[in-house]
Amino acid sequence: MASVVALESLLDSRRVWRGQPQARPTSRQPTGFAALDAQLPSGGWPESALSELLLPMDGIGELRLLWPTLARLSQAGDATSDEKIVLIAPPYLPFASAWANAGVRLDKLQIVLAQPRDVLWATEQCLRSAACAAVLCWPLQADDRALRRLQVAAETGQCLGFAMRDAKAAANPSPAALRIVIDTAPAQLRVIKCRGGNPPTQPLPLSALTR
Amino acid sequence: MLWACILLPQLALDGVLRRHAAPDQPLALISGPSQRRVLHAVNEAAEAEGLHAGQPLTTAQTLCHHFAKVDVDSAAVERTHDFLAAWAYRYGSLVSRSLPSTLLLEVEASFKLFGPWPRLEARLRHDLSELGFRHRIVLAPNPWAARALVNRHDGLAISQDAPLQQALGQLPVDASGLPLDVCESLGRMGLRTLQPVFALPRAALGKRVGASALQQLDRLTGALATPLPYFQPADVFEARIEFNYDVTSSQALLFPLRRLIDDLAVYLAGRDGGVQQFLLRLEHDRGPVTDVRIGLLAAEREPAMLFEFARGRLEPLTLTASVSAMQLIATELPPFVPAARDLFDTRPQQAMPWQQLRERLRARLGDDAVHGLAIRADHRPERSWQIDVQTKSSPLPLPRPGWLLKQPIPLRDHRLRVLAGPERIESGWWEADVRRDYYVVETSMGQRAWAYRPVGELGEFMLHGWFA
Repeated sequence: MASVVALESLLDSRRVWRGQPQARPTSRQPTGFAALDAQLPSGGWPESALSELLLPMDGIGELRLLWPTLARLSQAGDATSDEKIVLIAPPYLPFASAWANAGVRLDKLQIVLAQPRDVLWATEQCLRSAACAAVLCWPLQADDRALRRLQVAAETGQCLGFAMRDAKAAANPSPAALRIVIDTAPAQLRVIKCRGGNPPTQPLPLSALTR
Repeated sequence: MLWACILLPQLALDGVLRRHAAPDQPLALISGPSQRRVLHAVNEAAEAEGLHAGQPLTTAQTLCHHFAKVDVDSAAVERTHDFLAAWAYRYGSLVSRSLPSTLLLEVEASFKLFGPWPRLEARLRHDLSELGFRHRIVLAPNPWAARALVNRHDGLAISQDAPLQQALGQLPVDASGLPLDVCESLGRMGLRTLQPVFALPRAALGKRVGASALQQLDRLTGALATPLPYFQPADVFEARIEFNYDVTSSQALLFPLRRLIDDLAVYLAGRDGGVQQFLLRLEHDRGPVTDVRIGLLAAEREPAMLFEFARGRLEPLTLTASVSAMQLIATELPPFVPAARDLFDTRPQQAMPWQQLRERLRARLGDDAVHGLAIRADHRPERSWQIDVQTKSSPLPLPRPGWLLKQPIPLRDHRLRVLAGPERIESGWWEADVRRDYYVVETSMGQRAWAYRPVGELGEFMLHGWFA
């Protein structure tokens, strides 16, 4: 113990290699939130895959989470490209002016009303068609096999798929490439599965979701 | 002008066979009065059993026990003939179907579009084989000569007058379309082919055979031009298939449905049109007909696509009674505008344009299942949005929830925390009057809600939206 060296000075002089990984390539589908992007191994939503959002109740924050992505996708295409953002069986009416205020172009938005038994079929058709930029669905009964079909369809159609499910499903395994649970008390996001890396150990407070 | 004559020797039989579920089984068309039924035409399988046209039905039944019997329906034959005329209309604007079992088509004007005659002839033959009609085709400078030559030839193509004279000269008299008694009297004179008939002095020939036969001879050589009534395709498409057995499941209707839709597609291609709406009419032995209406948002004519939509509508149908016939009626036939596609399209294999996807969703989920969203300039939340019609209204820069409840419901929570408000919305005195104070509240579970109280009341909150 000849001398005590302050940790800060050692790090500042850059004589200690900390084993930090290379800067990751930026994803083509960023979530719009730097803090969340940093937690995900691909640096954004998994491309051409199904992501699952597990919500314990209504009015928690799934739209706040998705709006930046939807706004970017709806504004990305030029006037001729006709890639839609499709909502399949949403639980409530999307309030047009709120969605417009969030930056989502309403002419790219399409709403599909379906009976519970047709939701999965409609979602699969939309994901597979490659005519949609993103497909959001609210399936009521979705088992492992149904979600795998959606995952394969999203890969085939190279489309972002989002399934909003009840938080009770978090205990069951799922083939989705990314699973995020939204907690209420405390208000936070927990990534419980992400393809391409271990899920982060720390939850992300919802208040950290600033652009 | 060059005329193609298409002779359909088995028009009635082919029209039945192409719609029949088992065309390989022995089948015979029956005609004649009920006391003396005779076979009108037989297919190959029936011929192998020893049946032939003209045979009495009783004889046929002793030879073969199990052949299908279909009555000759002259109206159905006429419809088939009309359908083929509509098909021929895509290859030329002058089509005549006035002669029985025959289509006359002026083709010289179409060479620029479809290529020279051998190529056009190959297309005609290919199409007819696809449709399931046996045929003979002859090309000649005038329609009457073409009609006479097709009696003895198939594939003959004559475009000049001199070879036409030669070919006509070798034609037997009884194949020339002259009246039967004239053919007989010429035969008794020892004239077997047309060559010596043409060589006879005209005045003497006219005395022997009469003026009408002389006219027919003039028509053959082209000396007398007789105008033909030309075919105009109808503005509506109607086709009907009658089942000789009762159909009780909608699955069994799919095969005849595909036939009907294929015919519709052929007809649409002929008039370069599309179909926006059509009707499938299922006829029952008893009770009223079942109508299945298939509407599309844009005109289409791709048979696979039309079939898929029609199937989507037909399959969920539960048949209350057995179906004895199916009819397809298309009255709205707007011009077809093909969708422009990018040359270097890099989308995946199974890609489907949005329009097609939307039709597929509508076909299964219902006509109103797919809609867009737009803003309406109104302060009342219930009326501030509308379906589909794109407007220029810009959103209000006010906090609004992402989800709106269709009907406000009471929000029962004793530990509500008011985050913002009140914002008074008061409008619509002329219809549904709204006077409300809106608050942004947080529930005890941590949800953020958009709730209101009627102005001047301090009761419970009504939940109207979620800030999700």
